[in-house]
Amino acid sequence: MSFKDKISGVSGLGEEPESKTELEAKLEPELESEMVQALTEFRSSVHAWSESVYSRPRVAVAATGRRLWLLAAECALCCLLVAGVSGGVYQRHHRQPVAQSAQPSLAKAAQPEAVVRSPQARPEDEDLLAKVDSDVSQQVPSAMQPLAQLMADDDSR
Amino acid sequence: MAAGILEAMTMATADQIAAEEFSAVVTRHRPQIFRYLLASTRDVDLAETLTQECLLKAHRNWKSFRGDSSAMTWLLRIAINLQKDHWRNRRLQFWRKTQANAVELDDASDWLPSGERSAEQQMMARERVAQVAKAVEGLSERQRTVFLLRYVEEMELREIARSTGLNEGTVKAHLSRALGRVRAELGGRR
Repeated sequence: MSFKDKISGVSGLGEEPESKTELEAKLEPELESEMVQALTEFRSSVHAWSESVYSRPRVAVAATGRRLWLLAAECALCCLLVAGVSGGVYQRHHRQPVAQSAQPSLAKAAQPEAVVRSPQARPEDEDLLAKVDSDVSQQVPSAMQPLAQLMADDDSR
Repeated sequence: MAAGILEAMTMATADQIAAEEFSAVVTRHRPQIFRYLLASTRDVDLAETLTQECLLKAHRNWKSFRGDSSAMTWLLRIAINLQKDHWRNRRLQFWRKTQANAVELDDASDWLPSGERSAEQQMMARERVAQVAKAVEGLSERQRTVFLLRYVEEMELREIARSTGLNEGTVKAHLSRALGRVRAELGGRR
């Protein structure tokens, strides 16, 4: 079946006059040859276009671009991660020597004061403790004294 | 034990034969599937994606293909359904993408083989192709599908009916309307 036959088979030009539409009837007869030509050209153009696109070398430009972009993003993230971790480690290591160097000087600064304070503080403390002892302490009766007193009262009666 | 091994070997052989058959079908029909999808969507990337999806789906269901219709008809049916799903699910996004990626009508007519024509004839032919493409763009989804299967893929009405799931009368009606639109477009040009 030729291409023209296919067109006429559908549009009702030859075999199927009952399917002829009002619009088709209004159209001039010479349009049909132009129609066939236009459809043939359309088909040829689609075939050529498809063939050209289909047989073109598959250059993975978009994929490469995307992959490069992803790679760059991954590298950036890795750099950030490494920078963060190394920064943290560096800061931690930096703090320790500072603290270590600051500790002896603080200890040194605190020691003389303690040394200076201790000889003076000792007699004062002893005096204070003695005073407290004297204030708090009172004469406590012996444990049997009340009972002995009761016995003495009974004997006198 | 021996029967089990024999059965496993038979299944492996059957799978291998099926894989080889499918590979041959893909090699033969892939360009045509791609061409239909390209003509229908006018988007190279989308056509390639849908072709891949179609072949993947066909591969998954290859065992269920009983050969009632030709492999091409079966593949086209899958392609048409995938295209429909694509339209239905992502209508807005698809339209935007199509607008962005679609080839201009004038560009589509650039692919016309020059043959042995004069410059004037080539220009006229390009104009005609652009007119037909414009008319096809304005068709409804079904009309466009039927039109392209008939006049680009040169399929018989019966095959079109099988591929689209329509009956032959409906296919004829859609074709008639589509041709009417194309005629009107070509007539309007004059």
